[in-house]
Amino acid sequence: MGSSIIKSSCGTGGAYEELPEGLEKELMPKHVAVIMDGNRRWAKSRGLPVQLGHIAGRRAMKQLTRNCKKFGVQVLTVFAFSTENWIRPKEEVNFLMNLFEEVIRSDMEELIQNDVRVSVVGNVGGLRPSLQSLISSSSERSKDNKGMDMVTALNYSGRHDITEATKQIARKVKDGVLGSVEDIDETLIEKHLQTNVIEESSYRNPDLLIRTSGELRLSNFMLWQSAYTELIFVDKLFPDFNEGDLVEALTLFQKRQRRYGGHKY
Amino acid sequence: MAKQSSNRATQVIEAVGSFLRRCIGSILSAGPIPKHIAFIMDGNRRYAKKQNLEEGAGHRFGYSTLMNMLKYCYELDVKYVTIYAFSIENFKRRPEEVQSTMQLIQEKIEGLIEKESIVNRYGVRVHFIGNLKLLSKPVQLAAERAMNATWHNSKAVLSICIAYTSTDEIVNAVEESCKEKQKGNEKLLDEIGEGPLIDVADVEKHMYMAVAPDPDIIIRTSGETRLSNFLLWQSARSLLYSPGVLWPEIGFWHLVRAVLDFQKNYAYTEKKSKES
Repeated sequence: MGSSIIKSSCGTGGAYEELPEGLEKELMPKHVAVIMDGNRRWAKSRGLPVQLGHIAGRRAMKQLTRNCKKFGVQVLTVFAFSTENWIRPKEEVNFLMNLFEEVIRSDMEELIQNDVRVSVVGNVGGLRPSLQSLISSSSERSKDNKGMDMVTALNYSGRHDITEATKQIARKVKDGVLGSVEDIDETLIEKHLQTNVIEESSYRNPDLLIRTSGELRLSNFMLWQSAYTELIFVDKLFPDFNEGDLVEALTLFQKRQRRYGGHKY
Repeated sequence: MAKQSSNRATQVIEAVGSFLRRCIGSILSAGPIPKHIAFIMDGNRRYAKKQNLEEGAGHRFGYSTLMNMLKYCYELDVKYVTIYAFSIENFKRRPEEVQSTMQLIQEKIEGLIEKESIVNRYGVRVHFIGNLKLLSKPVQLAAERAMNATWHNSKAVLSICIAYTSTDEIVNAVEESCKEKQKGNEKLLDEIGEGPLIDVADVEKHMYMAVAPDPDIIIRTSGETRLSNFLLWQSARSLLYSPGVLWPEIGFWHLVRAVLDFQKNYAYTEKKSKES
């Protein structure tokens, strides 16, 4: 699905150089989150092993990242692996872990060279040591990058995110770092959520969440952070999600934004 | 809204409608029926504008729609219904509007516990969920009276979220979890000695919404697809359904559609977990 590209006149240049027709710079979501669902169904519908579905998904993710960067999105978060995905067949899980390592070694490396800040949210400690060290090294090396933030949710659960924040806060209360339990408020909890890896606090909550494959649910992804997020559900399976689909979702998002002039409740 | 039951023809139409709904209900019961449906009743004000009514009138139509939807849910044997009646964010609206909404809410809470109300007809226990201290005294008292009057009802549950936001609910649950761990003599450090042993279950049990299981379906009218700080924690696995109609325009068929979607997804999620 082609999209005509118009150079929008823009004083700062750089990120906003190529916005497709119909999209406005001022209404671009700062933080886009994507639940990349449908790799397995994609493979099964073609009579292929699920692993090939994940490989196709990897290609689509690369494209997604490239396009978000092109359109000037500040933060892209992708849901790669949930705490609930461990029940999948051992073979598939091992394949995925290997694939994640490969993605960090090559795809993420490419992003780092392009000034993208790479980080991972989730229970990283629950992943295999080789993956953990790749994650910490790529985060460390890219932490001073000034371009887009690319956040990958690996072994992530929205409820655990909130519970971990609770634990840390409880420890601070116990250690006397925090005055009292009554000092706990929404801002404090937000500061302790895993999305605090995103430096700019106003970008920490997604403006837009896209879920592919037609599933109409959040599946325990960024529950707190999605309080006012626009949810767009797309029928296509993730490996088929292309630039045109992203533009369509962004256009729909922008249409809704115009109705409320920024007043969300 | 005047009661229509005195008109004979209307009675017949009501009876036919009720019979049809029961037929459809028994067809739907061949599959799984959701235990808990939650509603974000969006669109009352837009409805009033659309029908050229004065502003408060939209909420009155909305109330009448709510009574119908509750009836349909309980007829279908949905045990738990939750509604988003008033968000903490809504206190920011114009004072006149907030006041008239509060007045309407108080009036309707009192109506809820009348003898012929839906609540008594279907044996519904009512809970008010939210930071109730933010409400005016008269509304708080009305809510308390309604909760007391219905606490012995055991067939179904209605949770009314008022002065509520999910983030406020979570903050409260976090505070209560911390307080509990401070007081308790139990093991205060987790296995790696890093912090208090707090887990998902601890936070969950202190939620105001612990009175109900997680919603199976969350329905938001007027075509908006945002949760707007409603049941964020509880929505982790809920089916999200957003019909384009404004709240006062929603009807039995939308509910049927939502239940059918739920049943279709139920079959798929069951299949998915079996394949794993």
